[in-house]
Amino acid sequence: MKKSISDFLKMVLIFLAGKFKKFTMRFKKSKTMKDYMMVYYSDAKSARLTGKKVAWITSGGPVEPLIAMNVIPIYPENHGAMIGASKMGGGLCETAEAMGYSADLCSYARSDIASATVNGGPIGGLPKPDMLVCCNNICGTVLKWYEVQARYFNVPLFFLDTPFCHTEYTKEAAKYVRAQFDEYIVFLENACKKKFDFERLKEVGHLSHQGQLLWQAVLDTAMHKPSPMSAFDAFYHLALIVTLRGTKDVIDYYTWLVAYMKNRIARGIGAVPNEKYRLLWDNIPIWHRTRWLSEKFASHNACLVADTYTTAWCGALKYIDENKFLDSMAEAHARIYLNIGIDEMAKMVLEMIDKYDVDGFVLHSNRSCKPYSFGQLDIQSIVEKERGLPCLMIESDMTDERSFSESQISTRIDAFMEIIKERKDKK
Amino acid sequence: MRTAGIDIGSITAKAAIVEKGKILGTKVIFTGYNAEAAGLKVYEEVLKETSVDKATVRKIVSTGYGRNSVKFADKSFTEIMCHAAGAHYLDQHVRSIIDIGGQDSKAILLDEHGKVKNFVMNDKCAAGTGRFLEVMARALEVDLDEFGAISIKSKKPSKISSLCTVFAESEVISLIAQGEKRQDIIAGIHESIAARVSSMIARIGVKEPVMITGGVARNIGVVHALEKKLGVKIEVSPYAQVNGAIGAAFLAASL
Repeated sequence: MKKSISDFLKMVLIFLAGKFKKFTMRFKKSKTMKDYMMVYYSDAKSARLTGKKVAWITSGGPVEPLIAMNVIPIYPENHGAMIGASKMGGGLCETAEAMGYSADLCSYARSDIASATVNGGPIGGLPKPDMLVCCNNICGTVLKWYEVQARYFNVPLFFLDTPFCHTEYTKEAAKYVRAQFDEYIVFLENACKKKFDFERLKEVGHLSHQGQLLWQAVLDTAMHKPSPMSAFDAFYHLALIVTLRGTKDVIDYYTWLVAYMKNRIARGIGAVPNEKYRLLWDNIPIWHRTRWLSEKFASHNACLVADTYTTAWCGALKYIDENKFLDSMAEAHARIYLNIGIDEMAKMVLEMIDKYDVDGFVLHSNRSCKPYSFGQLDIQSIVEKERGLPCLMIESDMTDERSFSESQISTRIDAFMEIIKERKDKK
Repeated sequence: MRTAGIDIGSITAKAAIVEKGKILGTKVIFTGYNAEAAGLKVYEEVLKETSVDKATVRKIVSTGYGRNSVKFADKSFTEIMCHAAGAHYLDQHVRSIIDIGGQDSKAILLDEHGKVKNFVMNDKCAAGTGRFLEVMARALEVDLDEFGAISIKSKKPSKISSLCTVFAESEVISLIAQGEKRQDIIAGIHESIAARVSSMIARIGVKEPVMITGGVARNIGVVHALEKKLGVKIEVSPYAQVNGAIGAAFLAASL
């Protein structure tokens, strides 16, 4: 009884803090990412008070129908990134391993499963879900992970199955995925006990599309030399397009961010003070070491100007048609970077190499993320063959800091930069 | 111009002094727990051995895992760069280097000018490194320096299947208990290192001529096992263990 009262009071406090933040944000000229994220998590953590529903959803899942139904989406993967950045991944992974989960399981899954039982992590756990939405376009692990959570929280789970698109999106695949979007809407109607609002979906779809275009515009500013932003900045600013896609906040924030980056370009300010070498990054960031890596590369006057990871949140833009939103969304979700064949992935990497005019390619072989890491060696050899660029493979893990050995990785980066310098300075 | 190279590895610290394309002398000592002190000591000793006056040494380059602990060096380069420079000096035709040191193994591809084209490293696992051999030497109660000579007597190398150094040690102990010949077990250990290292090299593709460097090059058994596994002839220089320090000294000359 005492515990439930204190939990309730805590929720009221969180709610009030969010409201206060929202109020003060009105008078702020430039709202920061932290402001938005605080309001977002406060809304979600006090949803029981306001009668709103909370859905946990995979990072590649279709969030727009949730926004249209006024459901607050929560991303365990975003939470995983926060856990990693706070260097709390190792501890939570140990908890999950003690529960019986294998150390070979994805560290986002391990941290999330563990965090749910101990309310761990930097924000004291995620708000409890009313439903779960899982899409396997990013990996197969999410299916079992979400089943575990559906059992633990005893809530309904919707599963969207996107067939692997080696080279093309067949008619059969289109029909299959599109039909599941209808089922998704029925699922939401049942879970929310109200009719789906298709008019509202149109607005949300428009905002989502605009948000992705703006995110692309943010990333595009890195084409400039020196680049006004690095991939490490992109890792930070990414949070909004992941969590609030389909809302106006995303538009406001990225409109400001594009202007901010353009201003830096106009004033000749680079993310790395003496940018001499430009690099492309592949795979999920090593969240617990972003600052170390950023400083390490900067000490070599190297800027990671672009990456395949944050590009994923605007990589399927070419498939989106606002007038046929549900159909095009089905295609855009099936054809994301992690759900296509190696040759297609390599093609996108080569395009990015040319677009951002980079001198080298850094690949994070991520122990956690199998679909992202599995084909890297092939992509690396394609890049070496097609563009003759030096490539570097770093072995680590996105969240589990136990898989990072500093001096070994430091030597690899130094040696890689020695090769790049020698080649570029010879030119 | 007289220059020096200091290579602080995980097990040994090496130093070399070169002048006008010639090696004046080299020295190897154990690193111990203090990399900075080891750097100073190995440098003093190589100076003494070559009777070179410190003041005449114009530039110093450090390398190896302890490269940043050598405070008196003018610059540091990674082992990859230094092994390439060293091997190119010892034989300018070399296109691939296999470097097996105390705590890691690497393969380095060179272009026709001796510049690094690509490299791969195994630094995640002790199997396939000098440390692996040290653990095995202890289990077998054999001096590590005799490993090579003993193993080439073997007609039927034992099979070591474990991928992990600790479990491979238990495997070796159980082979001893089963009464397998010492020479066969040691040959089996060398084959297991060769298998590890070859699969790593395959990632970048081996190009002849191949040279082996690093402390493990002193073990003829490993060299033979690698030649058999890769199907290529491998050059061993008497300077294999100090190759990184020699390379560092030559790089110092170009500063």
